[in-house]
Amino acid sequence: MTLAAIPEVSTVLDDRDPSVPEIIRGTGHLPEMRVDPIGLFHRVRDECGDIGRFRLADKQVVLVTGAEANEAFFRAPDDVLDQAAAYPFMTPIFGKGVVFDASPEERQQMLKNQALRGDMMRGHAQTIEAEIRRMVADWGDEGEIDLLDFFAELTIYTTSSCLIGKPFRDQLDGSFAEIYHRLEHGTDAIAYVDPYADIESFRIRDQARAELVAKVQAIIDARIARGGVPKDERDLLDVLIAVGMDADHITGIFISMMFAGHHTSSGTASWAMIELLRNPAVMADVVAELDALYADGAEVSFQALRSIPVLESALKETLRLHPPLVILMRVVQEDFELLGRTIPAGTVVAASPRVSNRIEDDFPKADSFDPGRYVDPRQEDLQNRWTWIPFGAGKHRCVGNAFAMMQMKAIFSVILRDFEFEAVQPLDSYRDDFTKMVIQLAQPAKVRYRRRAEETS
Amino acid sequence: MRVVADAGLCQGHQLCQGEAPDVFGFDADADVVVVLDPHPAEERRTDVATAVKYCPAFALSVEEDR
Repeated sequence: MTLAAIPEVSTVLDDRDPSVPEIIRGTGHLPEMRVDPIGLFHRVRDECGDIGRFRLADKQVVLVTGAEANEAFFRAPDDVLDQAAAYPFMTPIFGKGVVFDASPEERQQMLKNQALRGDMMRGHAQTIEAEIRRMVADWGDEGEIDLLDFFAELTIYTTSSCLIGKPFRDQLDGSFAEIYHRLEHGTDAIAYVDPYADIESFRIRDQARAELVAKVQAIIDARIARGGVPKDERDLLDVLIAVGMDADHITGIFISMMFAGHHTSSGTASWAMIELLRNPAVMADVVAELDALYADGAEVSFQALRSIPVLESALKETLRLHPPLVILMRVVQEDFELLGRTIPAGTVVAASPRVSNRIEDDFPKADSFDPGRYVDPRQEDLQNRWTWIPFGAGKHRCVGNAFAMMQMKAIFSVILRDFEFEAVQPLDSYRDDFTKMVIQLAQPAKVRYRRRAEETS
Repeated sequence: MRVVADAGLCQGHQLCQGEAPDVFGFDADADVVVVLDPHPAEERRTDVATAVKYCPAFALSVEEDR
């Protein structure tokens, strides 16, 4: 029962370097993970192969890559590999008493009863189309947007409207997105030492959460003052008020419901736009596909639920190269066999979408953007189910992935039909900010739009 | 072709039934997909392939007969 048989990755950033904040000196690879997680995770595979390890303070982290190890990781039941304990940086964001994630059984139950059900998707597609049109309504004929600001605000409205309800969404404005962003930014890996440490990003996080609670409290007060409404006009907030839940707990539930769908969708939309700008031939194919598809006046909300193959391939390739979550972690509950090694209870085991999605043997020319990978018969996503993992895999595979793809198809159907876009900064200057566990686009990330000329037939 | 469903991966989205209801059914007690017709006729290939491609859980696959 030892980890000695598993190779440990080298150290490139001395954990006692003066540049390392005092609170995380001597914590092994934690200082490096705070500045260059991608470099660290790739180096584990390069140096150690399919199974290697690094150290975060008192936690040993075994990072696996490759189909065989990933399959064992993703197929392990929850009582062997547990998710909740692996993400200490989330607890202060959701608040105590709000579960990190439901068990697979609960997830399945939620799926059956609630917002992500297949037959709810048509309504969600209509909601999303309306939200996008509302966002671009004041765009005029040309202008500039910052991708992070734009898509982070849009996805606050779509996730709140679809998952919580339209009455709640209608009481939100841009300030909610701004506060939510500060909350997401409070996911500093210092949480692996102390999620409540007295550091600036945690103070900002806690302040942001308190502001969200105050906003939700104000909405609750207004609803109580207004009195009851007919059943078909109620949303989830009315239901939670009726069962006597307080604003702090309700806010925690809303944050957790929106969390999985917000920064992920916002980042994916941004990166899809950036990749299309970097690859003008693909952009031209996508625009041509959309123009043909909608030429006969088809509804976006109808079409977004159906096949849009060229756009879908571009979105899949965006997700492969820029998975919103770069590492997925579990805590070993009982000794776990993996690739012939025994990993003792208490160890953290992790898989990395960022590293696995770029394994050269599975994805030839892995660093290049090539939507052709998804065309029959290559189908590199289906052929590599355990290494094409932008949504994870197995029982915990992102339960919202069909919703997410539909949302992306709706967004690009609207904006690429009405506008054309161009970069206003060097194409290689768009990048992610990896300094927090929730990765977001680094700003500035500006693009220019211009309304397309009316088609003359 | 042979249609295979991995009940250990199925999350119960039931999208496959929309594409090919004659091939895919649903065990409501276990909340998982059941393959009604493991060897569908060749003309069902397009719908089956669509169900495989869009399964949100990546739980379906088609293996070729040899």
